[in-house]
Order: sequence, then C-alpha cells, then structure tokens
Amino acid sequence: MVRPPSLSAGSHPALADGAHPFPHAHLLGIAALKPWEIAFLLDEAEQWVELNRAGAAKHDGRLAGLTQINAFFENSTRTLLSFEIAGKRLGADVVNLGVSGSSVKKGETLLDTATTLNAMRPDVIVIRHGASGAVQLISEKVDCPVLNAGDGRHEHPTQALLDALTIRRRKGRIAGLKVAICGDILHSRVARSNFLLLAGQGAEVRAVAPPTLLPADVEALGVTAFTDMDAGLDGADVVMMLRLQTERMEGAYVPSTREYFRFFGLTEARLAKAASDVLVMHPGPMNRGVEIDGAVADDIARSAVTEQVEMGVAVRMACLDVLTRTRRGLDGWAEAGKARWV
Amino acid sequence: MTGAAPRPIAITGGRVICPASGIDRVATLFLDGRKVAGIGDAEPPSHAEVIDASGLVVAPGIVDAGVFRAHAAAAQAGGITRVVLMPDQSPPLDEPALVAYADRLGKPGLWVHPLAAATRGLEGRELAEIGLAKEAGAVGVATGRAAIPDARVMQRLLAYARAFALVVVSHAEDAGLTTGAVATEGETATRLGLAAAPAFAEALAIARDCRLAEATGAALHIRQVTTAEGLAALRAAQARGVDVTAGVTPAHLFLNDLSVSGFRSFARLSPPLRSEADRLATIAGVADGSIAILSSGHDPQSQDDKRQPFAEARAGMAGAETLLALGLGLVRDGVIDLPRLVAMLTVNPARRFGLIAGTLQLAAPADVVVFDDAAPWRIEGRAFQGPGNTPFDGLPTAGRVRMTIKGGEVVWRV
Repeated sequence: MVRPPSLSAGSHPALADGAHPFPHAHLLGIAALKPWEIAFLLDEAEQWVELNRAGAAKHDGRLAGLTQINAFFENSTRTLLSFEIAGKRLGADVVNLGVSGSSVKKGETLLDTATTLNAMRPDVIVIRHGASGAVQLISEKVDCPVLNAGDGRHEHPTQALLDALTIRRRKGRIAGLKVAICGDILHSRVARSNFLLLAGQGAEVRAVAPPTLLPADVEALGVTAFTDMDAGLDGADVVMMLRLQTERMEGAYVPSTREYFRFFGLTEARLAKAASDVLVMHPGPMNRGVEIDGAVADDIARSAVTEQVEMGVAVRMACLDVLTRTRRGLDGWAEAGKARWV
Repeated sequence: MTGAAPRPIAITGGRVICPASGIDRVATLFLDGRKVAGIGDAEPPSHAEVIDASGLVVAPGIVDAGVFRAHAAAAQAGGITRVVLMPDQSPPLDEPALVAYADRLGKPGLWVHPLAAATRGLEGRELAEIGLAKEAGAVGVATGRAAIPDARVMQRLLAYARAFALVVVSHAEDAGLTTGAVATEGETATRLGLAAAPAFAEALAIARDCRLAEATGAALHIRQVTTAEGLAALRAAQARGVDVTAGVTPAHLFLNDLSVSGFRSFARLSPPLRSEADRLATIAGVADGSIAILSSGHDPQSQDDKRQPFAEARAGMAGAETLLALGLGLVRDGVIDLPRLVAMLTVNPARRFGLIAGTLQLAAPADVVVFDDAAPWRIEGRAFQGPGNTPFDGLPTAGRVRMTIKGGEVVWRV
C-alpha cells in the first residue's frame, strides 16, 4: 500500500507504542473513539484514496463472500451510494434496504426488523435511522458489526471521518487549525460528530449559528459558540457549512431563507474574514442561496465539496475493512471486535 | 365488601410510627376486624393472631398519591394499601361511570381512589363533568400527563373545582417549551442529540398555576417538583398563603440526567431527569418540607414500549415496589427522620385528598405496613411482582416490606 511518508508508521504516537488501533465491535459514534483510533482509520483510508484513483480496475477482494446490508430507514442518496460503492470495491455482496421497501411501514418494531436482518446472517450492517440512539439499539440485537450512517441528530461518524481526511490531506494536519462549523447545529449529527473528532484531534473548533439553532451547553463538546458569523469566521482555516432544512421556518427557528442567507450565508465578502487559504466544506446536499453562495461553492481553489465525496468512499472502505477484521480472522484482531461499545 | 370480618391481629414488639397521632414507640398494635383497635402494651387477647414485629417498623399502609396503573400485587409488595389513580387511563377518566368503575377496581386488596380528568379526553380544552365525578368517587381532578396549555382554561378549572372542594393535581411543565422534548436541556441531551426543553419550563408552569390558584382560592397539588427554580416558585406561593402542596418521586431524588446516557430508555421519565444541581435542590425541598408528599409515580411500560429508540420509547417506570426502600434512603442520608418519611408516604397524601387513612388512630381502617428499615437487597426488575422496568435496576438498597395488611387482611408477607 502507498502512504504519504509521514504516515508510514501510523500518524499517532500511541499506535507506535503498541495501542490496539481499533478495539471496537461497532462504529456507532466518534464519542467512543480514542484520538489514535481516529488517526488509524484515517491512515487506513489513504490506501483506498490511491486505489480509487488508480485507473479503471478499482477492486480489492478482501471482503469477498461477506454480505453487507445497507439498511436506510431515512432517505439518503449520497451516503447510501457511497457505502454501496465502498462495499463493492472491497468485494462484498452488498444489498440495500430502503425505507420504501421496509416492513417498518407495516408497523414492525425496530427490534423485530433488526432480528430479521440478523437472521439473514449478514457480516456487516450499515444503518441510517431518524431517531437518535436507534443504531445503538439495533447493534445490541445483532451478531455482526454495525456501522452508523447517521442516527437522528446524534452522530454521523463516517461523515466526520471523511471531513477529517479531507482536511488532513489539504492542510497536512488537523491540530491547531481554526475550524468554523456554521448553520443548523441544533439538528445536525454531522456537527456533533465533527465537534468531537476535530476538537479531539486538537483543532480550535467554533460553532457558528443563530442562537435558536445552537444546542444548550454546546461548549461541553469542546467548541466555542458564536452567534455572529463574521466573528466566527475570523481567521478560520476551514469553514464547514451545514444544510438548513427549509422546514425550520415552521418551528420559529429562523424567519426566512432570505434573512438567513443575509446573516448566516457564506458569501465571498464574508469569506474574506477567514484565512486567505481557507478551505470551504459542505456535507451536501447544498442549498445554494440559503446557506452558501453558488460562486463560493464552485470555487475549485477553496471548495473541497467534491473531494469530500471522494474521501467518503475511501473512509467507508477503511471502516468496512477494519470492522470485519475479527470475523475475517486477521492476525491480531481476534479479540478486537468482541469489545462492546460503551 | 362482603364476607366475614377478618380475625383480630396483634402486632407485637415493633416500633409503631403514626405521625398523625404523634406516636413513635415500641408497642403492640391491635387490629380488630377491619379497624384499628388501639396501640398499647397490653397482652394480646387469646383469640388474636399474634405477629412478632420485633426489630421491625409498624406504620400505616402507604397511600401512593398519583399512580398511572393500579397493580395490586406490585402495590402490596411495596407496602401500599391505597393508591390515588391518575385519570390517564384508556379511556381517560372523564366520565362519572368510568370514575365509579375505577373506584371499585382494586377492592378489597388495594383501594383505588380515582382522580377525575380535569378536561374532556384530557385534551386541555373543555371542562369534564367534575361535579358528577366527585359524586362517583373522585378524590380530586388532574390535568394528566401534561399541563393545560391555556391559562384561561386552567383558571376556570381551578375556580370550578374549588366550588366542589376538589384538589386540582397539575403537571408542571410549560406546554409550549416542552413540545416534542424528551430530555432536559444540557450537556447530556446535547451529546446524545435528544430534543430537549429547558429546566425552567417547570418554574413557568408552577408560577402560573400557583398564581391562578391564588386568584381563585383553589387547592392545588403539583404532583412532581423537580427543579431548583420550580421549588423557588413553589416556596414563594406557599409563603403567600396559597393552598398549594407538592410531591416528588424517588427517581428525581436519586437520579440525574446522566442516567439517560447510552440512550437508556428505562430512564425516560416525565418530567425528564434533571441536572445534578436540580436533583440536590429537590432533596433540599424535601428537607425543608416544601415537598410534603412522596409517591411512586408508578407508570410501568411494556418491554415493547420501552425497547425503542429513546425518543420513541414511552416515558414512565415501575415504582411501587421500590418506593419505600428508596424513600428510606432519605432517612439514611439524614435528609429527614423516619417519622417524617412515614408522614410523606401516609398521612400527608391522605389529608390532601381527604381520605380517612394514613393513620393508626382508634377506629381508623386497619391498613398497615410492617417493614425492616435496614434489610439489604438488590433491586431487580425481573423479580418484581408487577412489571419490572425501573431505572434503578441492579441498585443495592435497604429496607424491605415484611407484611402488608389491608382492611385487616394480610395481603403480603415475606
């Protein structure tokens, strides 16, 4: 495998000291991960970036014969596609369960659905669900690794990992960077996972939002809160914009998209407050003219939006590989996947 | 009630505590049929069943004010002889016939005193027939699991209930602030990504309801007070002479919002668990007497309703079988003494709801609990007589009910 020279021994001292890189049965959230476990996943993802760029034959057979179920109880296009491509490039047999095809609509409880999926003997299950904690609940009922693809407003760990990989590759580091995460933080699992990951890796993280969209005690997650966009962007090395759901107008969170864009939209003028080499990110799908100006989103010198999508496949390949090592019988992984997430 | 009167009972050697009559001494309690026949040191009559209660506490049967389910087996195992039942039944107790039915639900082993629904369907809009409900046996009216959102409706309810001398039991959470919320705002809810309401939603509701009770002269009981700010509003009203009492359950005295970490749906309660500062303030509210009633809030849910993602799981816990043991924790911690605890479990709720109960005075109903205030055990939901969903599962505790007597009949003995 090809890695940047600086990462050849693992990018965290604890890994060189012999810490197990990933003693977890599931990937349910960033909150359960140590800093070196995150660094390990990012290190692992690098090889898949190379493979995915290598040419026409983007295939590695290490998950051959394993069954991957993508169970998405909430609509998704890009995350589902990303997990499907990641699994197929590793050789897994990938099947998708969408919300429209699920018996959840027929009144089946979540745990019955989980038990049913488990009886199909999958080797890894990727789950997205609209309720915080739902993925953990399912993980307690199945015998294979569970990967959280987003649960309610709780966590979206692979999104935070792909964001971190994007930042690390563009900036060469995460520690010490000023990262402003802006928008609907209250309802965002992307924001929560990114706060925990980036603050844990030593970044200076800012939460920028109207006061109605900031959760209580957000500082406890290691971030500084700003309700003034210009102040929040001041000197930022990375600006990560979050999608504003248009139904937020109904809950009296913000008056209108017009007013939101005026005070919290990312425009060229506002971006001038940030560092000159600022990196602009967005987990997608973007609302142009609501949280981000189209010209800013399309500026290839600064925008990393398409690169984030690319890193998403690599990070998910790394997660699928690492989580299935115990059942694939890799040396040194016999016990790792039996640890319970706490 | 039919059948022959039960055999006389003499409970000897126990520490008899009856706060209503100021008794706290080792003595013999005599029960003659369905009534208390006296407390003294005389020899038991030869035809009486003698129960040796040496080293145990003998107290009036617990009056559990504000339960959602009347489980006789669970209540009896918990030393509870009477429950004041919330109107949140299926269907809600908003019809006199339903109230009359609930009134007879548990007899003879557990007496159920229903609270009538304050509004039709508990929807918070139209007054229910609370005068007729009183005739059918209601001991009060309650707003149910939620507050009445409209202050005007609440004002009219209080004014109307006063005319019938019915105490109004309110749920203290501001309706607007708590819509959709399943947790208390704070670090835990933010980390878990749970929809949350600020703790002061309780103080807003208490301040409003106390002011309306003051304006109307009504009797108000706030079933659960769980925050420092809510207590401040309560104390201010009590100091002004408003006829307001307050209760609490052990959950809010011994657990804080960290208990929901890991999405533990057994700790999903209504109101939600609070911060540690609010928990300590609630204990202080018990210590200074602002909160005078301790109840179980018994509201067990099925496994299917609890084994759900946190926000979709139903709020509520089984509380009847742990009420006394957890309450004794207040005594062990030095918050209150044992007679105060007994008062909070018996005579205080009985007086508030006008029940002739909660006392061992001569000719009072022969409702008695005999308990060991120190026997250690571990709370295990699976071992409960009734449903077992409790956030205290696995907790070591102390204090066991040895015997429950309802109307002179032994209904529980271990």
